[in-house]
Amino acid sequence: MTAPGSPPVLLRVRNLKTYFVTEQGKGTARAVDDVSFDLYPGETLGIVGESGCGKTVTSLSILRLVPEPPGHVLAGSLIEFEGRNLLALPVPELRAVRGNQIAMIFQEPMTSLNPVFTVGDQIAEAAIIHQHVSRSAARGRAIEMLRLVGIPDPDEGVDHYPHQLSGGMRQRVMIAMALVCHPKVLIADEPTTALDVTIQAQILELLDRLQHEMGMAVLLITHDLGVVAGHADRVVVMYAGRVVETAPTDALFERPTHPYTEGLLAAVPRIDAPRARLHAIPGQVPAATAWPPGCRFHPRCPYAWEKCVAEEPPLLETGVAGHTARCWLVTEPERRQAKR
Amino acid sequence: MTLGTWLALFVALVLAAEAVRALRRRGLRSERWRRFFRQRTTSWGLGILTFLVLAALAAPAIAPFDPNRQLDILHLTNRPPSWTFLLGTDLLSRDVWSRVVYGARVSLGIGALGALMAVSLGTLVGAVAGYYQRWIDTILMRGVDVGLALPRIFILLMAVALWDGLPFPALVITIGLTSWFGTSRLVRAEVLSLRQRDFVAAARALGADDGRVIFRHVLPNAAAPIIVSAALGVGNVLLLEASLSFLGIGIKPPGASWGNMIADGAPSIYTAPWSTLFPGLAISLVVMSLNAVADGVRDALDPREDAA
Repeated sequence: MTAPGSPPVLLRVRNLKTYFVTEQGKGTARAVDDVSFDLYPGETLGIVGESGCGKTVTSLSILRLVPEPPGHVLAGSLIEFEGRNLLALPVPELRAVRGNQIAMIFQEPMTSLNPVFTVGDQIAEAAIIHQHVSRSAARGRAIEMLRLVGIPDPDEGVDHYPHQLSGGMRQRVMIAMALVCHPKVLIADEPTTALDVTIQAQILELLDRLQHEMGMAVLLITHDLGVVAGHADRVVVMYAGRVVETAPTDALFERPTHPYTEGLLAAVPRIDAPRARLHAIPGQVPAATAWPPGCRFHPRCPYAWEKCVAEEPPLLETGVAGHTARCWLVTEPERRQAKR
Repeated sequence: MTLGTWLALFVALVLAAEAVRALRRRGLRSERWRRFFRQRTTSWGLGILTFLVLAALAAPAIAPFDPNRQLDILHLTNRPPSWTFLLGTDLLSRDVWSRVVYGARVSLGIGALGALMAVSLGTLVGAVAGYYQRWIDTILMRGVDVGLALPRIFILLMAVALWDGLPFPALVITIGLTSWFGTSRLVRAEVLSLRQRDFVAAARALGADDGRVIFRHVLPNAAAPIIVSAALGVGNVLLLEASLSFLGIGIKPPGASWGNMIADGAPSIYTAPWSTLFPGLAISLVVMSLNAVADGVRDALDPREDAA
């Protein structure tokens, strides 16, 4: 995918497989199954998919935060950050990357802050861990970060406890925590899912602004295509532990190629369309212990034919630069017309 | 009681009260201290403990008699409380007040050090077992099962055989080493649930190492049960010391501790209840005061209680 002349890859994920051993021999849940993508400096890459498609496990795997057991990242997976394979890094070196060069914000601001420490203490923590700054200097940094993320009265707010803040304010604190060390990559796992819509917009704008100021790359994980449309440069669509489509954001919305992406787009309510029943993709994501044979989407796909059951398609080039889809329709586009 | 000892007693009381008042005043400025002093009983508990510690430190000034001297074995045995003998005398004509004051040194020392050791050890073992799980957990917790199954008196008797009468440090260590099992189970259970919380994952994502995660993120959230168990632990240690002394393997006579005073006075409990009543009251007072202070500490460490 790396075209000549394009910037060097910052974070390269190749053939990532993260499996979970389930209880009592129900088998192995292949939560992330052979996922590859690249993240370039300064860009926002959206990872989209419904619950259970493996997007959160992918993000946790990058920093090796998958609880082990029951989870484990299989040998042969590669997560390369600035030329080093994070999966093979000794733990102390890995810790020096976490929070320092690659930071993460979590979905639930209500539970991701330690209730017994002030927000200032928690924001200062990464600076103390990675840069060994003094407590008073760290406090200054915390106040500065709070100002940066738009907390009113940062001098006072630094001494507040998490329970004294609203969800939106807590998410701002989480962002401040993640960005103290000016990481090169920010992994944002559903950063706005737990917030109401107006706050969502504010938080996403804040992330955009900080990204431009700090020049970091953002891995934006979400189930919300609206979020992706407004904030991502490129999109990776995941389904059933696999990447099913990757494209520049505009191309994806203009010409969704994989039927799953098509379904997702159709399921977004539109303000400019006549009111109709919301489209839903029929069926459910199959269990991760028993993915269907062939194309994993075929049981829910309106176009599926014999070949889809027999053989899983690779990621096929659609013709638009950087746009690939894991679907046989790319090779037989007439079948799409026939169905319509 | 001489005028000097009354004066010393009075000074100790005033000092304790003033110390608590000064702390309270200072505390009004900090939120954490304000939470600590929110309940009136905490101030009382702290005052009583301060007084007892001061009395133990200033024992020679506050005790009118030599605690181990038999004043008059013929005429002064089992005297009821009076102005001369504030809390009466015991079977061997020793002044109970003096013995209670000197006994505070031994009992408070054993109580504090023994409980501190037991709680630290229990917290450490419980945290390690709960955090790392797997075989570490299995080994440690089976060890705790064994520790709980072995009668403690048996272990202590072995220790006595080793040391031939326990010197003070050995007594503290023996008590500390045999009292942490319950705490470790309690802490392990807390850690097992806390380690699943999102903020622990967030701390690891920030690059915190295991030690930092355990001591900064997990254990402070388990502070309340640990502190309560420490406060109860002091009471248990005091009672254990009493039963050891009762068996003659604690503090060697004629040395005074609250435990061996109760043991010594037990035979004459009907004729001279004061020789057991007052050391017993002292133990109860310490345990109650500690619980009151522990409540305060728990409130101080839990910012969420503010709403109440």
